[in-house]
Amino acid sequence: MTWPIELVLYVVLVLTALASLEVKNLLAASVTLTAFSFVCALLMLSVGAVDVAFTEAVVGAGLVGVFYIVAIFRTTRRSAD
Amino acid sequence: MKFRHALVLAGLAAVLLYAVGHLPGRGDPSAPAHRRTSPAGTPGAGTYYLEHALEDAATPNVVTVVLADYRSVDTLGETLVVFTGGIACLLILRRRS
Amino acid sequence: MRETSRSLVVVLAARGLAPVIQLFALYVVFHGHYSPGGGFQGGVLLAAAFVLVRLAGGYETGRHQITRRAGPLLGAAGVLLFAAVGAAAFLTGGNLLDHGRVPVPGFAPAELRSVMILVIEVGVAIAVAAVLTAIYDELLGSEDDD
Repeated sequence: MTWPIELVLYVVLVLTALASLEVKNLLAASVTLTAFSFVCALLMLSVGAVDVAFTEAVVGAGLVGVFYIVAIFRTTRRSAD
Repeated sequence: MKFRHALVLAGLAAVLLYAVGHLPGRGDPSAPAHRRTSPAGTPGAGTYYLEHALEDAATPNVVTVVLADYRSVDTLGETLVVFTGGIACLLILRRRS
Repeated sequence: MRETSRSLVVVLAARGLAPVIQLFALYVVFHGHYSPGGGFQGGVLLAAAFVLVRLAGGYETGRHQITRRAGPLLGAAGVLLFAAVGAAAFLTGGNLLDHGRVPVPGFAPAELRSVMILVIEVGVAIAVAAVLTAIYDELLGSEDDD
Protein backbone atom coordinates (compact mmCIF):
# COMPACT_ATOMS: atom_id res chain seq x y z
CA MET A 1 0.00 0.00 0.00
CA THR A 2 1.27 3.44 -0.86
CA TRP A 3 -0.93 5.59 1.35
CA PRO A 4 1.78 6.50 3.93
CA ILE A 5 3.95 7.87 1.12
CA GLU A 6 1.02 9.84 -0.27
CA LEU A 7 0.19 11.18 3.19
CA VAL A 8 3.76 12.42 3.59
CA LEU A 9 3.58 13.98 0.12
CA TYR A 10 0.32 15.79 0.92
CA VAL A 11 1.78 17.18 4.15
CA VAL A 12 4.93 18.36 2.33
CA LEU A 13 2.71 19.89 -0.39
CA VAL A 14 0.83 22.03 2.12
CA LEU A 15 4.04 22.93 3.95
CA THR A 16 5.85 24.08 0.80
CA ALA A 17 2.83 26.10 -0.32
CA LEU A 18 2.60 27.85 3.07
CA ALA A 19 6.36 28.45 3.11
CA SER A 20 6.34 30.04 -0.34
CA LEU A 21 3.49 32.31 0.75
CA GLU A 22 4.99 33.36 4.06
CA VAL A 23 8.67 33.82 3.30
CA LYS A 24 9.79 37.40 2.62
CA ASN A 25 12.82 36.63 0.46
CA LEU A 26 11.51 36.25 -3.09
CA LEU A 27 14.37 33.96 -4.12
CA ALA A 28 13.50 31.54 -1.32
CA ALA A 29 9.82 31.84 -2.27
CA SER A 30 10.52 30.81 -5.86
CA VAL A 31 12.64 27.87 -4.70
CA THR A 32 9.89 26.62 -2.38
CA LEU A 33 7.38 27.09 -5.20
CA THR A 34 9.57 24.85 -7.35
CA ALA A 35 9.57 22.27 -4.57
CA PHE A 36 5.77 22.57 -4.44
CA SER A 37 5.59 21.84 -8.17
CA PHE A 38 7.82 18.80 -7.78
CA VAL A 39 5.74 17.34 -4.95
CA CYS A 40 2.63 18.08 -7.01
CA ALA A 41 4.15 16.11 -9.91
CA LEU A 42 4.90 13.18 -7.59
CA LEU A 43 1.28 13.18 -6.37
CA MET A 44 -0.04 13.22 -9.95
CA LEU A 45 2.28 10.30 -10.67
CA SER A 46 0.83 8.41 -7.72
CA VAL A 47 -2.73 8.73 -9.06
CA GLY A 48 -1.64 7.44 -12.46
CA ALA A 49 -1.70 10.65 -14.54
CA VAL A 50 1.75 10.16 -16.04
CA ASP A 51 1.50 12.75 -18.81
CA VAL A 52 0.22 15.46 -16.49
CA ALA A 53 2.95 14.62 -13.99
CA PHE A 54 5.57 14.85 -16.72
CA THR A 55 4.31 18.24 -17.83
CA GLU A 56 4.13 19.52 -14.28
CA ALA A 57 7.66 18.34 -13.50
CA VAL A 58 9.13 19.81 -16.67
CA VAL A 59 7.28 23.13 -16.64
CA GLY A 60 6.67 23.82 -12.98
CA ALA A 61 9.86 22.44 -11.49
CA GLY A 62 12.15 23.15 -14.42
CA LEU A 63 11.59 26.24 -16.48
CA VAL A 64 9.23 28.42 -14.44
CA GLY A 65 11.73 28.48 -11.56
CA VAL A 66 14.38 29.82 -13.94
CA PHE A 67 11.96 32.47 -15.21
CA TYR A 68 11.08 33.56 -11.65
CA ILE A 69 14.75 33.81 -10.71
CA VAL A 70 15.57 35.85 -13.81
CA ALA A 71 12.64 38.18 -13.09
CA ILE A 72 13.87 38.62 -9.50
CA PHE A 73 17.38 39.25 -10.83
CA ARG A 74 15.98 42.03 -13.01
CA THR A 75 13.84 43.66 -10.31
CA THR A 76 14.07 43.43 -6.53
CA ARG A 77 14.72 40.66 -4.09
CA ARG A 78 12.45 41.57 -1.17
CA SER A 79 8.68 41.20 -0.99
CA ALA A 80 6.85 44.51 -0.59
CA ASP A 81 4.12 43.43 1.82
CA MET B 1 -7.60 40.58 10.11
CA LYS B 2 -5.25 37.62 10.19
CA PHE B 3 -7.78 35.61 12.20
CA ARG B 4 -10.51 36.29 9.63
CA HIS B 5 -8.27 35.07 6.82
CA ALA B 6 -7.56 31.84 8.69
CA LEU B 7 -11.30 31.39 9.26
CA VAL B 8 -12.08 31.79 5.54
CA LEU B 9 -9.31 29.34 4.64
CA ALA B 10 -10.56 26.79 7.17
CA GLY B 11 -14.10 27.08 5.76
CA LEU B 12 -12.82 26.58 2.22
CA ALA B 13 -10.80 23.56 3.32
CA ALA B 14 -13.90 22.07 4.99
CA VAL B 15 -15.97 22.50 1.80
CA LEU B 16 -13.22 20.96 -0.35
CA LEU B 17 -12.72 18.01 1.99
CA TYR B 18 -16.50 17.39 2.03
CA ALA B 19 -16.53 17.42 -1.79
CA VAL B 20 -13.52 15.10 -2.07
CA GLY B 21 -15.22 12.62 0.24
CA HIS B 22 -18.04 12.19 -2.27
CA LEU B 23 -15.88 11.62 -5.35
CA PRO B 24 -15.81 8.09 -6.82
CA GLY B 25 -12.82 5.97 -5.91
CA ARG B 26 -9.62 5.98 -7.92
CA GLY B 27 -9.98 3.65 -10.92
CA ASP B 28 -13.55 2.72 -10.00
CA PRO B 29 -15.02 0.97 -13.10
CA SER B 30 -18.57 2.05 -12.20
CA ALA B 31 -17.70 5.75 -12.01
CA PRO B 32 -19.71 7.88 -14.50
CA ALA B 33 -16.58 8.79 -16.47
CA HIS B 34 -15.70 5.15 -17.12
CA ARG B 35 -19.12 3.77 -18.04
CA ARG B 36 -20.04 2.92 -21.60
CA THR B 37 -23.04 5.23 -21.48
CA SER B 38 -23.19 8.53 -19.64
CA PRO B 39 -25.81 9.09 -16.89
CA ALA B 40 -27.97 10.89 -19.47
CA GLY B 41 -28.06 7.75 -21.67
CA THR B 42 -25.80 8.98 -24.47
CA PRO B 43 -22.75 6.89 -25.46
CA GLY B 44 -19.61 7.87 -23.57
CA ALA B 45 -16.57 9.17 -25.42
CA GLY B 46 -13.90 7.62 -23.19
CA THR B 47 -14.88 4.04 -23.96
CA TYR B 48 -14.83 4.75 -27.70
CA TYR B 49 -11.35 6.25 -27.49
CA LEU B 50 -9.97 3.33 -25.51
CA GLU B 51 -11.44 0.74 -27.84
CA HIS B 52 -10.78 2.35 -31.23
CA ALA B 53 -7.55 4.37 -30.80
CA LEU B 54 -5.22 1.62 -32.03
CA GLU B 55 -7.19 0.76 -35.16
CA ASP B 56 -8.01 4.39 -36.00
CA ALA B 57 -4.53 5.86 -35.76
CA ALA B 58 -2.09 2.90 -35.49
CA THR B 59 -0.63 4.40 -32.31
CA PRO B 60 -0.47 2.47 -29.04
CA ASN B 61 -0.49 5.52 -26.74
CA VAL B 62 -4.12 6.53 -26.29
CA VAL B 63 -3.19 9.85 -24.69
CA THR B 64 -1.24 10.90 -27.77
CA VAL B 65 -4.07 9.88 -30.08
CA VAL B 66 -6.62 11.85 -28.05
CA LEU B 67 -4.39 14.92 -27.84
CA ALA B 68 -3.18 15.02 -31.43
CA ASP B 69 -5.97 13.36 -33.41
CA TYR B 70 -9.40 13.22 -31.79
CA ARG B 71 -8.96 16.50 -29.90
CA SER B 72 -6.35 18.14 -32.10
CA VAL B 73 -8.24 21.43 -32.43
CA ASP B 74 -7.76 21.73 -28.67
CA THR B 75 -4.01 21.21 -29.08
CA LEU B 76 -3.90 23.76 -31.89
CA GLY B 77 -5.57 26.27 -29.58
CA GLU B 78 -3.10 25.43 -26.82
CA THR B 79 -0.14 26.01 -29.12
CA LEU B 80 -1.67 29.29 -30.28
CA VAL B 81 -2.09 30.34 -26.63
CA VAL B 82 1.59 29.60 -25.93
CA PHE B 83 2.65 31.53 -29.03
CA THR B 84 0.39 34.48 -28.23
CA GLY B 85 1.68 34.57 -24.66
CA GLY B 86 5.26 34.65 -25.92
CA ILE B 87 4.51 37.43 -28.40
CA ALA B 88 2.71 39.48 -25.72
CA CYS B 89 5.67 38.95 -23.37
CA LEU B 90 8.05 40.16 -26.09
CA LEU B 91 5.93 43.24 -26.84
CA ILE B 92 5.62 44.24 -23.17
CA LEU B 93 9.25 43.63 -22.25
CA ARG B 94 10.69 45.36 -25.32
CA ARG B 95 8.91 48.62 -24.56
CA ARG B 96 10.75 48.90 -21.22
CA SER B 97 14.19 49.39 -22.75
CA MET C 1 24.37 37.74 -17.26
CA ARG C 2 27.65 39.53 -16.39
CA GLU C 3 31.10 38.29 -17.23
CA THR C 4 32.25 38.22 -13.61
CA SER C 5 29.63 35.61 -12.66
CA ARG C 6 31.08 32.82 -14.84
CA SER C 7 32.04 29.91 -12.66
CA LEU C 8 34.03 26.96 -13.98
CA VAL C 9 31.78 24.49 -12.17
CA VAL C 10 28.63 25.92 -13.76
CA VAL C 11 30.17 25.97 -17.23
CA LEU C 12 31.43 22.38 -16.99
CA ALA C 13 28.15 21.10 -15.55
CA ALA C 14 26.18 22.81 -18.32
CA ARG C 15 28.58 21.47 -20.94
CA GLY C 16 27.97 17.94 -19.68
CA LEU C 17 24.24 18.21 -19.05
CA ALA C 18 22.92 20.22 -22.00
CA PRO C 19 23.54 17.58 -24.72
CA VAL C 20 21.93 14.89 -22.57
CA ILE C 21 18.86 17.07 -22.00
CA GLN C 22 18.59 17.85 -25.70
CA LEU C 23 18.84 14.17 -26.62
CA PHE C 24 16.21 13.27 -24.03
CA ALA C 25 13.97 16.03 -25.40
CA LEU C 26 14.19 14.54 -28.89
CA TYR C 27 13.45 11.11 -27.42
CA VAL C 28 10.39 12.47 -25.64
CA VAL C 29 9.09 14.09 -28.83
CA PHE C 30 9.68 11.16 -31.17
CA HIS C 31 8.78 8.38 -28.73
CA GLY C 32 5.48 10.03 -27.78
CA HIS C 33 3.59 7.39 -29.78
CA TYR C 34 4.66 4.66 -27.36
CA SER C 35 5.42 6.29 -24.00
CA PRO C 36 4.31 9.31 -21.98
CA GLY C 37 5.45 12.52 -23.53
CA GLY C 38 4.83 14.44 -26.67
CA GLY C 39 5.33 17.78 -28.30
CA PHE C 40 4.73 20.09 -25.36
CA GLN C 41 6.92 18.24 -22.87
CA GLY C 42 9.70 17.70 -25.39
CA GLY C 43 9.61 21.34 -26.43
CA VAL C 44 9.86 22.53 -22.84
CA LEU C 45 12.79 20.17 -22.26
CA LEU C 46 14.51 21.53 -25.37
CA ALA C 47 13.92 25.08 -24.11
CA ALA C 48 15.34 24.05 -20.73
CA ALA C 49 18.53 22.88 -22.46
CA PHE C 50 18.80 26.15 -24.41
CA VAL C 51 18.21 28.19 -21.25
CA LEU C 52 20.82 26.13 -19.37
CA VAL C 53 23.43 26.93 -22.02
CA ARG C 54 22.44 30.60 -21.90
CA LEU C 55 22.63 30.65 -18.09
CA ALA C 56 26.11 29.13 -18.08
CA GLY C 57 27.72 30.69 -21.12
CA GLY C 58 25.65 33.79 -21.76
CA TYR C 59 24.07 34.82 -25.02
CA GLU C 60 27.45 34.68 -26.78
CA THR C 61 27.45 30.89 -26.43
CA GLY C 62 23.70 30.38 -26.67
CA ARG C 63 23.27 32.17 -29.96
CA HIS C 64 25.04 29.32 -31.73
CA GLN C 65 22.01 27.17 -30.85
CA ILE C 66 19.16 29.62 -31.46
CA THR C 67 19.54 33.36 -31.97
CA ARG C 68 17.37 36.01 -30.40
CA ARG C 69 15.92 36.98 -33.74
CA ALA C 70 15.02 33.37 -34.61
CA GLY C 71 12.88 32.80 -31.49
CA PRO C 72 9.56 34.36 -32.57
CA LEU C 73 10.09 33.29 -36.18
CA LEU C 74 10.55 29.64 -35.23
CA GLY C 75 7.55 29.87 -32.91
CA ALA C 76 5.40 31.11 -35.77
CA ALA C 77 6.85 28.39 -38.02
CA GLY C 78 5.84 25.68 -35.56
CA VAL C 79 2.28 26.96 -35.24
CA LEU C 80 2.04 27.32 -39.01
CA LEU C 81 3.28 23.74 -39.50
CA PHE C 82 0.48 22.53 -37.22
CA ALA C 83 -2.11 24.68 -39.01
CA ALA C 84 -0.84 23.60 -42.44
CA VAL C 85 -1.27 19.93 -41.55
CA GLY C 86 -4.76 20.78 -40.32
CA ALA C 87 -5.65 22.68 -43.47
CA ALA C 88 -4.15 20.06 -45.82
CA ALA C 89 -7.20 17.87 -45.22
CA PHE C 90 -9.29 20.52 -47.00
CA LEU C 91 -7.63 19.57 -50.30
CA THR C 92 -9.43 16.23 -50.44
CA GLY C 93 -12.65 17.48 -48.88
CA GLY C 94 -12.01 16.48 -45.27
CA ASN C 95 -12.66 18.45 -42.11
CA LEU C 96 -10.10 20.56 -40.26
CA LEU C 97 -7.34 18.36 -38.76
CA ASP C 98 -8.82 15.19 -40.24
CA HIS C 99 -5.43 13.51 -40.64
CA GLY C 100 -6.67 10.53 -42.59
CA ARG C 101 -7.61 12.84 -45.50
CA VAL C 102 -4.23 14.57 -45.91
CA PRO C 103 -3.18 14.01 -49.56
CA VAL C 104 0.00 11.95 -49.12
CA PRO C 105 0.08 8.89 -51.41
CA GLY C 106 1.19 5.47 -50.27
CA PHE C 107 -0.31 5.34 -46.79
CA ALA C 108 -3.35 3.65 -45.38
CA PRO C 109 -5.56 6.15 -43.51
CA ALA C 110 -4.61 4.79 -40.08
CA GLU C 111 -0.87 4.95 -40.82
CA LEU C 112 -1.30 8.43 -42.28
CA ARG C 113 -2.92 9.56 -39.06
CA SER C 114 0.00 8.14 -37.09
CA VAL C 115 2.55 9.98 -39.27
CA MET C 116 0.59 13.25 -39.15
CA ILE C 117 0.42 13.00 -35.35
CA LEU C 118 4.24 12.93 -35.38
CA VAL C 119 4.38 15.99 -37.68
CA ILE C 120 2.02 17.85 -35.36
CA GLU C 121 4.09 16.95 -32.30
CA VAL C 122 7.23 18.26 -34.02
CA GLY C 123 5.45 21.53 -34.82
CA VAL C 124 4.30 21.93 -31.21
CA ALA C 125 7.82 21.16 -29.94
CA ILE C 126 9.44 23.74 -32.24
CA ALA C 127 6.91 26.41 -31.28
CA VAL C 128 7.14 25.81 -27.52
CA ALA C 129 10.94 25.60 -27.43
CA ALA C 130 11.43 28.75 -29.53
CA VAL C 131 8.83 30.79 -27.66
CA LEU C 132 10.12 29.87 -24.20
CA THR C 133 13.71 30.64 -25.21
CA ALA C 134 12.55 33.99 -26.63
CA ILE C 135 10.75 34.79 -23.36
CA TYR C 136 13.95 34.05 -21.44
CA ASP C 137 15.97 36.30 -23.75
CA GLU C 138 13.55 39.19 -23.43
CA LEU C 139 13.24 38.72 -19.68
CA LEU C 140 16.99 39.02 -19.27
CA GLY C 141 17.04 42.17 -21.36
CA SER C 142 19.57 43.36 -23.89
CA GLU C 143 22.57 44.11 -21.74
CA ASP C 144 25.15 41.70 -23.09
CA ASP C 145 24.69 41.72 -26.86
CA ASP C 146 23.52 43.66 -29.91
